[in-house]
Amino acid sequence: MINLLLLPIILPFFFAIILLFFKEKIQIQRALTLIGLVISFIASVVLMSVVKDNGVQSLTLGSWPAPFGITMVSDMVSVLLVTTSIVITFFIVMYSFISIGKERERFYYYPSVLFLLTGVNGAFTTGDIFNMFVFFEVLLMASYVLIVLGGEKKQLRESIKYILVNVISSALFVATIALLYSVIGTVNMADISVKITEIGQPGIITVIAVLFLLVFGIKGALFPLYFWLPGSYAAPPMPVLALFGALLTKVGIYAITRTYTLFFIHDLSVTHELLYVLSILTILAGCIGALAYFDLKHIMIYNIVIAVGVILFGVALMNESGMTGAMFYLIHDMIIKGALFLLIGIIIAITGTSNLRQMGGLMKTHAPLGWMYLIAAFGLAGIPPLSGFTGKLLIVKGAFEAGHVWGSIIILASSLIVLLSVIRIFIYAFWGEPVELKTTNRRAYRKMIIPATVLVVLSIVYGVGSEWFVPYMSDASKVLLNPSLYIDAVLKE
Amino acid sequence: MKTNDVILQTGTKVVFFIIFLFSIHIFFAGHFAPGGGFVGGLLTTAAIVLLLLAFDLKTVQKALPFNFMIVVAIGLLLALGTAAGSIIFNVPFFTHAFGDFYLPLFGESALHTAMIFDAGVYLVVVGSTITMIQTIGGDS
Repeated sequence: MINLLLLPIILPFFFAIILLFFKEKIQIQRALTLIGLVISFIASVVLMSVVKDNGVQSLTLGSWPAPFGITMVSDMVSVLLVTTSIVITFFIVMYSFISIGKERERFYYYPSVLFLLTGVNGAFTTGDIFNMFVFFEVLLMASYVLIVLGGEKKQLRESIKYILVNVISSALFVATIALLYSVIGTVNMADISVKITEIGQPGIITVIAVLFLLVFGIKGALFPLYFWLPGSYAAPPMPVLALFGALLTKVGIYAITRTYTLFFIHDLSVTHELLYVLSILTILAGCIGALAYFDLKHIMIYNIVIAVGVILFGVALMNESGMTGAMFYLIHDMIIKGALFLLIGIIIAITGTSNLRQMGGLMKTHAPLGWMYLIAAFGLAGIPPLSGFTGKLLIVKGAFEAGHVWGSIIILASSLIVLLSVIRIFIYAFWGEPVELKTTNRRAYRKMIIPATVLVVLSIVYGVGSEWFVPYMSDASKVLLNPSLYIDAVLKE
Repeated sequence: MKTNDVILQTGTKVVFFIIFLFSIHIFFAGHFAPGGGFVGGLLTTAAIVLLLLAFDLKTVQKALPFNFMIVVAIGLLLALGTAAGSIIFNVPFFTHAFGDFYLPLFGESALHTAMIFDAGVYLVVVGSTITMIQTIGGDS
């Protein structure tokens, strides 16, 4: 079964097409979406075990030899991200059954989610820089649909900004690939890496590296380029926000990680120093935003920005602890952001507002929600047995090894601010005098809390069982730190 | 107020078939000459747009009673099916098959599965462009 590594991309795509036939039949759409995601999940788990046993898997489409066809590469990094994306999408889809509303479901909501997943999984798996652009567009098109679907005033306004920013960054992406192609003469990522090593990264390649950082920085919300994110992410309904928060910026992070560990590794003092400085600034900007707002959505959205900074800080260190930590933290962040967005979505659904000052006393009426939120909040901040701890510990360890003492102090201080920002939500929403709640449907509430709870439990398992995941994460960082593993798997030399 | 577009409508009835046949020609020529599914699909769309200009939306919808979103879905299925057929034969995804066949009417012909993929592209292009035009032009 040599096509196994394509199944997590093809299956969501296939089910998205099938869903187009059942526009008005919501029940069939829901059932097919869940079935499709379960099958994709099984395929990705099988793929993960194959990658674990046999190393990097690669396949060049159309039986062409390696640098000439489009190569798809599945190493531990990509297969971990693909599996996590499918799991999170599954729970968000379950949550959508209750919270998204019939009107949106009738207008291709589920096909859009599956097309988004197709694009995300494709971008994680591809081994061809132009194909990565195409998959970026697939996921962006689907995200345009999701952000504007429903047609509220706020959504229309923010989707214009979102589309404008992304169209510009996509154009820049094409221009950068064109520049790279004119210098190197290939778009196959393994081949690019070989050719750059041959010419020893002259100045023009470093310029291209910075341009890539600009492109992926816009997608992944890096410091001066994150300006579009808070407004755009606050506009769509909660499940869409959870999907975006958990998946979209991570594609940008993955792309930066891939290009900065595979291509641009010969002039670390320029490229990686820049990445290092920008990631620190990203953390600081995110911290300021997370403390500044009294709005649930905005606090969480700025926490996305902080996490982007932390992960890229780990990547910029280019040593084993840092890279392993970054991988740990990346997966953790996808799970925990999914869980937290679903939980604050429930809080907003119960209280009918996202303003912290207008809520209180939920602990008396919704105790399980409170405890789940508290656990997720501690997990986000990195309290030891929970999931955020291992990743951040390894990143800080890597930073001390690399001699970046100030960087690690900022990472540690940022954890405190993350904790403060999410605990503030807990204190305002769950403690204090109960406010007058509009009567809510308890059954809907119970159905919404199930997927959120399962995600929180997953994050607990991920934190408590870090030991089980260590081999996977160190495999991932090994591939990232030794590009030759990747190149040999693709070019089969 | 539509008064007298006899010339436009009569001209359209003739020209529509010429454009349509040309689009089919372009579609089949794609392998050895400029053309293919994308331009073929756009030309077919152009023919239908000409119908829309000469007649009104309702008449054209009556003449072509397809749901064009379903056309898009069928096109995507064709394209994905052609590429995924390789999974059954355990060769890399997108590996095409081709060969020479003797067809009763055409004689010796070279057939290639890339054409089925192109047919998928053709249907997606026609379906999506007509959907756009109908949605923007329609009231519902």
